[in-house]
Amino acid sequence: MKNVYLDNNATTQVAPEVIEAMMPFFKELWGNPSSMHHFGGQVKKYIDTAREQVADLINAEPSEIVFTSCGTEGDNTAIRGAAEASGKNIRIITTRVEHPAVLGPCRHLKEQGHEVIELGVNSSGQLDLTEFRKVLGKEPAIVSIMWANNETGVIFPIPEIALIAKEQSAVLHTDAVQVAGKFSIDVRKTPLDMLSISGHKIHAPKGIGALYIRKGTKVNTFLIGGHQENGRRGGTENVPYIVGLGQACVLAKKHMQDETTRIAKLRDRLEAGLLASCPDTTVNGDRVHRLPNTTNISFQYIEGEAILYHLSDIGVAASSGSACTSGSLEPSHVIRAMGVPFTSAHGSTRFSLSRYNTAEEIEYVIETMPAIVKRLRELSPFV
Amino acid sequence: MWDYTDKVLDHFRNPRNVGLVNDPDGTGEVGSLACGDALKLTFKLDENKKISEAKFKTFGCASAIASSSALTEIIKGMTLEEAQKVTNQDIANFLGGLPEQKMHCSVMGREALEAAIENYRTGKTEKKIIQGKVVCTCFGVTEEEIERVVRDNNLTTVEQVTNYCKAGGGCGGCHNDIANIIDRVRKERDTKSATALKPAKMTVLQKVKLIEETLDREIRTMLKRDGGDIELIDVSGNIVKISFRGMCAGCQAAPITMKDVVEAKLREFVSSDLIVEEDKS
Repeated sequence: MKNVYLDNNATTQVAPEVIEAMMPFFKELWGNPSSMHHFGGQVKKYIDTAREQVADLINAEPSEIVFTSCGTEGDNTAIRGAAEASGKNIRIITTRVEHPAVLGPCRHLKEQGHEVIELGVNSSGQLDLTEFRKVLGKEPAIVSIMWANNETGVIFPIPEIALIAKEQSAVLHTDAVQVAGKFSIDVRKTPLDMLSISGHKIHAPKGIGALYIRKGTKVNTFLIGGHQENGRRGGTENVPYIVGLGQACVLAKKHMQDETTRIAKLRDRLEAGLLASCPDTTVNGDRVHRLPNTTNISFQYIEGEAILYHLSDIGVAASSGSACTSGSLEPSHVIRAMGVPFTSAHGSTRFSLSRYNTAEEIEYVIETMPAIVKRLRELSPFV
Repeated sequence: MWDYTDKVLDHFRNPRNVGLVNDPDGTGEVGSLACGDALKLTFKLDENKKISEAKFKTFGCASAIASSSALTEIIKGMTLEEAQKVTNQDIANFLGGLPEQKMHCSVMGREALEAAIENYRTGKTEKKIIQGKVVCTCFGVTEEEIERVVRDNNLTTVEQVTNYCKAGGGCGGCHNDIANIIDRVRKERDTKSATALKPAKMTVLQKVKLIEETLDREIRTMLKRDGGDIELIDVSGNIVKISFRGMCAGCQAAPITMKDVVEAKLREFVSSDLIVEEDKS
């Protein structure tokens, strides 16, 4: 049977080069980098190298990179750390379409008395920057807005948002786990303060991430303990995974061109193919300002979980924003925030590609999908 | 992925009785696109007033499709009196069980069946109309429907009610009301069992029957949640011999479960002098 993985916004295959780079740190180089002997001493320099590799991907200073355990930790550290550092009752501005790793901490801070404003989006999933400027006001604030949406791939204009935030002296954090490695990020040109990255979205393993903290940003330590990460995150460094993340960043930079051209072409082919072969099918979200690897398609009158199980039966892995797969009884908060009608929301299906996908795989999905849609529509009382 | 049984996956992949019956005697429609699942059931009766044909159309997830398919298989050949007694548990059991969060699919099946029978008897609208006080406004679930799932499935928590009929699964504003309904239904049932169900003097047959009912209602659902089961082996005088099955067999906590739960419940609902022993043979 075929094995076509099109769920790369959920997690990615670990690159063989990454695994290879990590192996010595399980076998020979297992010392604690803080130790005052050669076991530890020889390991420390590899962490320094990885830090440079991560910094290089976003054009930051290595000293501005803090290794974390995942994207969620980066988001929590940034938002809760900045709120704590700013004193009581600061205003936090975010959007209704953020990942739970951002919405969760924001709502937690709201319960603790902070004012939290969640900006809505239009039917293309885009923000209204005039509204953003208005709610930002003159008072100090923390802003957390994702760079690209994990479900629809819609890209927010973070460079513009950063300029507005800077004008008003707000602290800006962006969840960049979906954009890292997909297009060029330059934190020297974009005046944001903090940016989270997750390893397993860029072909490193799960359990490692990084948070960029611009020099001078006031943010309290989230994991209080040892002196590691320059006192910004306690805990013995996860050396093999840090080395793996560094290697993944090197590969991401190397393949970035491929990501924006070849993968975007495959995605466009998939999208056009499915729209042409399956009637009553629509694309969710802004198709211009969008990640090159993502398409979110609604197959009307049928339900997402049923689509995923049929796809899985023929070896294709995708994802859905339907109620049954979102872990709740309602369709995804992103799809609902965009005002997608219920006829389409429950059948929203996300295909997200990576550099390991081939044209042949895409043709396979285009060929097999119409039969699945037809089958489920035959069952549907709405057709 | 969900932990679906092979039977659920089989009925999802190869659904039985898809479509609409020609010139149906009864039609029932429940759910909506907004809710994320909907089912249209049609049936035809033969000259003996038995269901000769039942077909469905379903919008929903794998377990919604499987539950609908199971429902049509269950009711074929039944009289309407028999069909009326089909519970959501029967549908779930037919499929070898459903994940707890998916039990609402089986409830949707039972509701469609009731709506179709109602349509046959009264000729009234095929669509289910919301009657009575709506408790959960997000999903339009009434007090009566919540009472029904609590009673039929012996539910004890708000979370379970959400899993069984979606009530409370949206904004969460009705959680207190649901908790009150659970309390009320359980109290009503407890008093009912304590008085009405317990005849002053029981024959051996009555006693065995009451023990079986109590085990089923009070114990089995709880054990099955952990993959276990219980079986009544023998009743002799006031000695009740039982045996644990599945995950409960050999479980360290089994002796405690037996004394603290099984014996207590049997004493409460059957007779206060009962002694429960585990059958080791």
